[in-house]
Amino acid sequence: MARYLARRLGQALLVVAGVVMLTFAVMRLVPGDPAVAFAGPKATPEQLAAARERFGLDDPIPLQFVNYVRDLFTGDWGTSLRTRQPVRDDLYLAFPASLELVGAALVIAVLIGIPIGVLAARYKTKFPDFGVRFTSMLAVSVPVFWLALAMQLVFAGHLGWFPIAGEYDSSLDSTSPLTLWTNITIVDALITGNWPIFTSTLEHLVLPALVVAAYPTGMIAQMARAALIEESGQDHARLERALGFGETSILTRFALRPALSPVLSLIALVFAYSIVNGFLVEAVFNWPGLGRYAAESIKSLDTPAIAGVTLLVALVYTTANLIVDLLQGVVDPRARAR
Amino acid sequence: MTAAETAAGGRLRRTLPRIPDRFAAFGAALIVIVVVASILAPWIAPYPDEPNPLELLRPPSAAHWFGTDQVGRDVLTRILYGGRTSLFIAVAVLAVSAVAGVTLGVVAGYAGGWVRDVIMRVTDVFLAFPALLLSLALAVVLQPSVNTVVLAIAATWWPWYTRLSASVAASIATRGYVDAARCLGVPAPLIILRHVLPNSLTPVLVQLSLDAGGVILTAAALSYLGLGAQEPTAEWGLMVQQGQTLFTTNWWVVTFPGLAILVTAFAFNVIGEGLRNALDPRSGGARQERAKPTSAGAAATMSTRVVK
Repeated sequence: MARYLARRLGQALLVVAGVVMLTFAVMRLVPGDPAVAFAGPKATPEQLAAARERFGLDDPIPLQFVNYVRDLFTGDWGTSLRTRQPVRDDLYLAFPASLELVGAALVIAVLIGIPIGVLAARYKTKFPDFGVRFTSMLAVSVPVFWLALAMQLVFAGHLGWFPIAGEYDSSLDSTSPLTLWTNITIVDALITGNWPIFTSTLEHLVLPALVVAAYPTGMIAQMARAALIEESGQDHARLERALGFGETSILTRFALRPALSPVLSLIALVFAYSIVNGFLVEAVFNWPGLGRYAAESIKSLDTPAIAGVTLLVALVYTTANLIVDLLQGVVDPRARAR
Repeated sequence: MTAAETAAGGRLRRTLPRIPDRFAAFGAALIVIVVVASILAPWIAPYPDEPNPLELLRPPSAAHWFGTDQVGRDVLTRILYGGRTSLFIAVAVLAVSAVAGVTLGVVAGYAGGWVRDVIMRVTDVFLAFPALLLSLALAVVLQPSVNTVVLAIAATWWPWYTRLSASVAASIATRGYVDAARCLGVPAPLIILRHVLPNSLTPVLVQLSLDAGGVILTAAALSYLGLGAQEPTAEWGLMVQQGQTLFTTNWWVVTFPGLAILVTAFAFNVIGEGLRNALDPRSGGARQERAKPTSAGAAATMSTRVVK
């Protein structure tokens, strides 16, 4: 296991190195001179030269790359051309909001996806199975930005059940200011007992979280169904049937547990996917997360910020994949063999 | 199922993958409708795809089934033409990524050793980027257009086929007939071309059909963000974006293009799943996903469907 762990970690490090190189290449390719973007259109040649000096733009490319890597290691992810803040600080504010959204979505996805997967497996090829397959297929096929617009119009606009956009009612900032611990608003509100902000965040969270949850719910339901059907065809299920257990209790008492292992790996993977998928939803609901930050950075050709988001998400991806593989290695010794 | 079973000869049954259930048949029917309607768009569209200042934002009616948009174009007409754009993108992306991905994958799988290691590590790097994110970054660098979308998505899509075909090719490279060919002195490129490649294609073809829906969704998302197709090209994601400020007053300009994306992606996903189940009779493909022993195994097979 130790050798497997070391090799898999080594691979992940290689991937991260490649990701850094690719990010750097994309940054160099972006049209427009970062010095002009930073110093502004009316900058004097001296100011431009100072900006070029500051970002090291006159250095040879390999040296720029070395400096870029060194800065990353020392925690300097560059300065955003748009917000003028260190990119790391911006990300530190935006990422928790995305985590909050995706976390809520995954909770919904697990709570709905696994039970309906069990339902479909229990009534395989019958009507409930068809209904689950149909709706879960719809859920993974729906364009999220469109679903977000539709939900916003119907449930926030026409019915007025939920707020239109934002993370929480910003007027609460003055009446009951939030103490930040984790930067995840709903968690901070909960641990500091800030109920006005907690309930406001919860109300704002429902619609976007439901939209982001569509894809993972569909995937989890399909995976749970397939794994359960396979598990209920195993020898142990035949024994349980012979002992007189009903189909429902075979599924829930014996088959569910082994079937959950692929579902768990799936959750780690859809988590990473949903962060990016959430970008589109954040744009519609004006959620102050990574997606909105990325969209605004792209609009203003803010290269350091774009590079920062790209790098962060790629790291999340790599980590999720690593965790899945390591868990697989723990659960299934055959996975370590190669 | 019925069509194949009533074909008395049984030859058809053997050559065609059995359509496992009505669900997949339904998806196949939907695809046929979407493809035929898109190809025939110039002939069956009720109006020319041009602005008409006299018919701005008309609600759905007998004359305009899906209404008209903010410059007076018939929404149904735009959707039919938009189908051509989406299908073109899907075909182009899948063709480019499959050719690039499978070529690398088959070489990696057959050669093994350091060649395989180098190719797979590069592939891993590209896999670490979510398709939408790298497409975003690339779309910023390149001028937004339909071709940019194809390039951007293909740049993130090929590694999946490399991974898939490399693992298949590696197992084929150990078969007796490959050994035999090698002993006869057949050069490696010819072995790859004549033996390894043809036998590696089936899983790739299934994966392609599973991926078409994902490509269409990603392309629509890029166009929705303004990084893809540009006015006056008819594209479903672009139509949603252009209509979204009018959504509260003119629901049809957003609703129908979105439904078009949903129906098309749904149809491709259903047919892809049906094909996979037909070729892997152990229902749902669950065992295949769990039993693969490599690190590219369980996670990869699932993530091919997931993390794009």
